[in-house]
Amino acid sequence: MSNDRVGIIGIGQSNFRSRRDDASYPDLVREAVVPAMMDAGLDFDAIDAVVYSLSPDAMVGIGNAERLGVDAVGGRNKRFLRINTGGATGISSVTAAYYHIASGVCDVVLTAGADKVGECGDSQTVLNKIWDPTYERALPLGTINMLAMSAVRYMKRYGMTEEDMAYVAVKNRRQASLNPRAHLRKTVTIDDVMDSRCISWPIKLMDCCPQSSGGAAMVLASEKFIRDNKLDAVWITGVACRAETYWMGDRMGTNPTAEHADAYALGRSFEQSYKMAGITDPSKQVHVAELYAPFSNTEYHAIDAARLVDKFGDSIKRLRDGEFELGGRIPVNPSGGTLCTNAIAVTAMARVAETALQVWGRAGAHQVPGARVGIASGNGGDHQIFGTMVIEA
Amino acid sequence: MEQPMELLGRQEVWNIAYDHALGETASYFFTQIRDHGRIFGRRCAQSNRVLVPPRAFSDETLLPTTEWVEVGPGGRIEAFTFVYEQFNGLPPPPYAFGYVLLDGADTALGGYFRNVDLTNPREAAEKLAIGTRVVTKFAEQRKGDVLDFWFEIA
Repeated sequence: MSNDRVGIIGIGQSNFRSRRDDASYPDLVREAVVPAMMDAGLDFDAIDAVVYSLSPDAMVGIGNAERLGVDAVGGRNKRFLRINTGGATGISSVTAAYYHIASGVCDVVLTAGADKVGECGDSQTVLNKIWDPTYERALPLGTINMLAMSAVRYMKRYGMTEEDMAYVAVKNRRQASLNPRAHLRKTVTIDDVMDSRCISWPIKLMDCCPQSSGGAAMVLASEKFIRDNKLDAVWITGVACRAETYWMGDRMGTNPTAEHADAYALGRSFEQSYKMAGITDPSKQVHVAELYAPFSNTEYHAIDAARLVDKFGDSIKRLRDGEFELGGRIPVNPSGGTLCTNAIAVTAMARVAETALQVWGRAGAHQVPGARVGIASGNGGDHQIFGTMVIEA
Repeated sequence: MEQPMELLGRQEVWNIAYDHALGETASYFFTQIRDHGRIFGRRCAQSNRVLVPPRAFSDETLLPTTEWVEVGPGGRIEAFTFVYEQFNGLPPPPYAFGYVLLDGADTALGGYFRNVDLTNPREAAEKLAIGTRVVTKFAEQRKGDVLDFWFEIA
């Protein structure tokens, strides 16, 4: 590997709300791109390539909506590439932007996108269609039901309770209340979560992410460009992605490679990104984490997979002890995370952006004091495709 | 103070009918279910694992599977959930479904659980605990579909 690092020099995020009736889809993309470009202090002429972050078309209801997005990202006559890995799309897009630069082909790359999930009405209608039409489409599958079954297996293996799940929701809602960009900002109690209506047992309404509309954008640059132009930056020091089998039923049964209770490939991805960053003991070396967790229970297996605890399942007690909240040992999702804001096309980019803001010391009211090393993750598809990053000041 | 401007919307509906071909492997699987009420998996000769639902190749050895193996009708519960929310295009709630490792199989098959009282999800969760023995039941009228069968506590 070369010694030339890749830095993040600009970040833009819109405010995330259920609906944005004042902004068309490309307007919402631009709403994130403009502040990212201003943050970088660059003109569009400086951009060598654009990586466009867009998950399933049906979520925004526009076929190949990257067509409509080209103008909003200043993409005319530039290298242009759309990325879609479902929920992982945002971090996959940052990864693709990273490799454009790490390969030596580009100096400055913009990655951006937006989603309007609130206009879809019922995202599970779209998400049911990610199952194969041959065997499983006729079953009532969706991401909620799929991850409810992960929760049931996690309960069996590690003793998680419904109340343990509620603790995650309470923590993240409290943290989101400090983040003006977050969608769900109202604090809730354990009783509120436990009394909220059951969606797919054990997942209740307040264990679920909202359907959000909003955009995100980031500008990445080569270390040489950053030094030559005397720009401020934080650095992507570890980057990896991993996939696992499509078949949920293969993550159960006899000796599965990827246990459905856990996030196996997420763990392998973290291993690789830690190795690249030279991190040997993440539970001591990581200061802040933005881990993709759209349902409360999934934050536990994300913390396990990121090895912020000694062994799988320890995340339950340690979260309850306050280790992963703002002011704790390693704050997890100080922005409120995916549980409080989920504009699917850019959710995993927001994980990277929030981690970058943390190690930059620019996170605002939800800043983790003194954070210098952060991690971010994204999960996509049927809990199948994962991306991870280490970001350092 | 200035009046907020009127913001307009438009409704669009996507409604596309696909006529999916199932291919040879799934066609055999579903005709056996339809005509005989029997469930088959495919064995990978190298790993000896029996994949259900059957696939033409193993994702682990990356070799073609070589043999049809009958599995079930008994099995054990591997995962479940009870759905209380109405989702567009999905059945009226409540319903129970999940995954079952059929006897002789190495991977789990999705299906509904029937004849379970879902009034109290916590009580139902104890009845359908992971590891519970179930048996596959078949509809009298079968059309060659995963909805031709379901699971009940044995």
